Amino acid sequence: MQPLLRMQGINKSFAGVAALTSAELEIAPGEVHAVIGQNGAGKSTLIKILTGVYRKDSGDITFEDAPWNALSPREAQDNGIATIYQELSLVPLRSVTENVIMGYEPRTKLGLIDWKAAHRRTREILSDFGIDIDVTQPLGSFSTAIQQLTAIARAVSLNSRLVIMDEPTSSLDDREVETLFGVVRGLKAKGVSVIYISHFLDELFHICDRATIMRDGQTVAVREIAESTKLGLIADMLGRDPEEISAAGMTDLGGGTHERGELLLEATNLHTDRNLRDVSVSIHKGEIVGLGGLLGSGRTEAARAIFAMDKLRGGAVATHANPAGFKDPAEAIRSGIGFLTEDRKAEGIVPEMSVRENMTLALMPRLVRNGAIDRAKEEEIVKKFVEALGIKLASIEQPIRELSGGNQQKVLLARWLALEPDLLILDEPTRGVDVGAKFEIQSIIQEYVEKGVGVLLISSEFEELVEGADRIIVLQDGKSVSELHNPGITEESLIGAIAQSHDASPDGTQDGAAA
Amino acid sequence: MAGFDAKTLTKHGGLIALAVLLLINIAITPNFLQMQTLFVNISQVATIAIVAVGMTLVIATAGIDLSVGAVMAVAGALAPLIFLSDFAQAYPTLGLAASIIVPILVALLCGLFNGVLVAYLGVQPIIATLIFFISGRGIAQVLTNGNLQTFTHPGFSYLGTGKILGLPFQGWLVLLIAIVFWYIVNRTMYGRRILAVGGNENAARLTGTPVRRVKTGVYVISAGLSGIAGLIVVAINSASDAARIGNLMELDAIASAVVGGTLLMGGKAPIFGAVLGAVIIQLVKYTLLANGVADEVALIAKAGIIVLAVYVQQGRKE
Repeated sequence: MQPLLRMQGINKSFAGVAALTSAELEIAPGEVHAVIGQNGAGKSTLIKILTGVYRKDSGDITFEDAPWNALSPREAQDNGIATIYQELSLVPLRSVTENVIMGYEPRTKLGLIDWKAAHRRTREILSDFGIDIDVTQPLGSFSTAIQQLTAIARAVSLNSRLVIMDEPTSSLDDREVETLFGVVRGLKAKGVSVIYISHFLDELFHICDRATIMRDGQTVAVREIAESTKLGLIADMLGRDPEEISAAGMTDLGGGTHERGELLLEATNLHTDRNLRDVSVSIHKGEIVGLGGLLGSGRTEAARAIFAMDKLRGGAVATHANPAGFKDPAEAIRSGIGFLTEDRKAEGIVPEMSVRENMTLALMPRLVRNGAIDRAKEEEIVKKFVEALGIKLASIEQPIRELSGGNQQKVLLARWLALEPDLLILDEPTRGVDVGAKFEIQSIIQEYVEKGVGVLLISSEFEELVEGADRIIVLQDGKSVSELHNPGITEESLIGAIAQSHDASPDGTQDGAAA
Repeated sequence: MAGFDAKTLTKHGGLIALAVLLLINIAITPNFLQMQTLFVNISQVATIAIVAVGMTLVIATAGIDLSVGAVMAVAGALAPLIFLSDFAQAYPTLGLAASIIVPILVALLCGLFNGVLVAYLGVQPIIATLIFFISGRGIAQVLTNGNLQTFTHPGFSYLGTGKILGLPFQGWLVLLIAIVFWYIVNRTMYGRRILAVGGNENAARLTGTPVRRVKTGVYVISAGLSGIAGLIVVAINSASDAARIGNLMELDAIASAVVGGTLLMGGKAPIFGAVLGAVIIQLVKYTLLANGVADEVALIAKAGIIVLAVYVQQGRKE
């Protein structure tokens, strides 16, 4: 059969950095096709080229046997390729009807919008999806799931022949996911093809026919789902040999008996609204506990829950001083916890403030004397850390936005070190910094751990976890599924544990690696 | 050299503008170098400057306060009601104190209302303060039955006409307020937190800043300063007209803050800059009026200054 879509030899680079190198994608008519890969593998770049958000540097795209070169998402939509984005691109304050028919309104003879026909048509479209709601109500008054399904309904009503779904289930509950799957099957039955992008590999086995796996901007494999295993897909994504992973996952584990201090913090059965279902972690003095898992497994969410940024729906966080957990980050900070956030720009730096002010933001309550900030003491502390961490700057009064990424990260690390914390939560501490700064940051962390600080380390880089952590809690789908102990962890055994848990028995609590 | 000049201009633009304005006036405005001119300008700029200081703090948290003029009207309408009451006639000192303290307390409550709407209920600042912008002046007029209240009360009028060391009392008050809030912004934890909340609210929350209390605080401060400004206006005029007190003050205050270098997206609070901005706007207004240019044209000139200030700010961001 002729493919519906064929993308061949797609190249794209941003500011000289290659994002895609001769990437390929082929979709058959009426096929549900998954595109998977780790963060930065090039999935979204490829999709955005298809939908006209980005221009390709070179390569060929044919859609329905004709060359395809969409110049804008709107043009792509008009020509039969609809995209449903993670962030909904609908208008929540307008009615459901208006959202569904926007831009394609039925007209009366006088050229006005025929609202009766519009509502009727919207009801028909939605009922195909098993949705029965008052279409005259604002879209925003319905659940995210309904909104998501409305977006899909809109896409389908525009006679799309290819629908792209980017993480469609990330905000849906289990029942809503079932509804969505029903919709996807319905599309397939009508001969509409679907590109399905998801971090949740389990979903692929429910609804996808084939999967294209991307790594480092290249298409590395195309697999028939029916003939694949999750272990195999993960091996493709990570670029490892599945047998090697499998073997490594079963052996060499559980040897770690690192001397560790008293218990600092115990988090049990954490459950929040952010896709965190059941995570338990304990951290002792002088140890690094890693959180391992694929993107979307709940690593950052677990950290946020512990630091009281997200409300707990279930479970508990307890420290010696705060047996009932924290009510807000301020309380967590007071009890000696620091949280280096993953998103330096959005949650870390205050760009207009000086290095000095940024560094002492969390420490301020302790610098106040007679109602004012003790500037002499403040400068002394800042200078001490600038020197100790080797932060390169013109002056401590320089706005932090002028520093390089690595130096900004050191300032933020110093922000927490200055508190003399008992426990540091480090979320991707070396992301986006150059190699030199990376080693320096790692050795600073090591130094503090030796002094007795407990660290909860989150990293997408397996080497960092494997070499740094005394224990690694493996997360999957918002649950902690197993625990690995150093010495004895290798990259392969970690990947194996992540993969093993994916292939675990239905109870999902296999603890294959407990010491 | 061009780069150096541009940088100097953006950094000291306000002071340069002030110097230019003074030189122009010395050259063309009759009787400019007289004490009387100074007194007139000080007494007219004082209320704008006081309100602009509060506005600067609000804008520093990436908010805006449209209710300042209405709060002035409420405070200004209340004061004569109190010191002209039977109670104040019986106890003059107590009455005078009450006529200053009560309106300011009421103003603070208005600010608390704004702050709670913004910080705890998540209402957009422009909408939250629009509520009082609309209703506040109405309340003031209801309080006074819409009548112009005139009075003779030397004690109260000191706020508007008193002199210390030969200079108007309200000029000294501006200086005091500016120094106090400069100190708060630059030396205290609360000030640092205002800038952090405006600069990056997420980062502020993550470092333990009580974001909602900080935000509420700036609206309370802004309203309190507006209340003081309302009292001064009434004292200057020896009359209280609820329909006119603080009319369009929100625009003058925002303009002063912007001219003074406050970033509308938050994170900066140049207190003396705001005072300077108020002085520049006042001086432009005065220059045009004193040289026989119509009031309407003065408004256009004011708009021009704001455009220029925003342009200079854009340059500063680069």
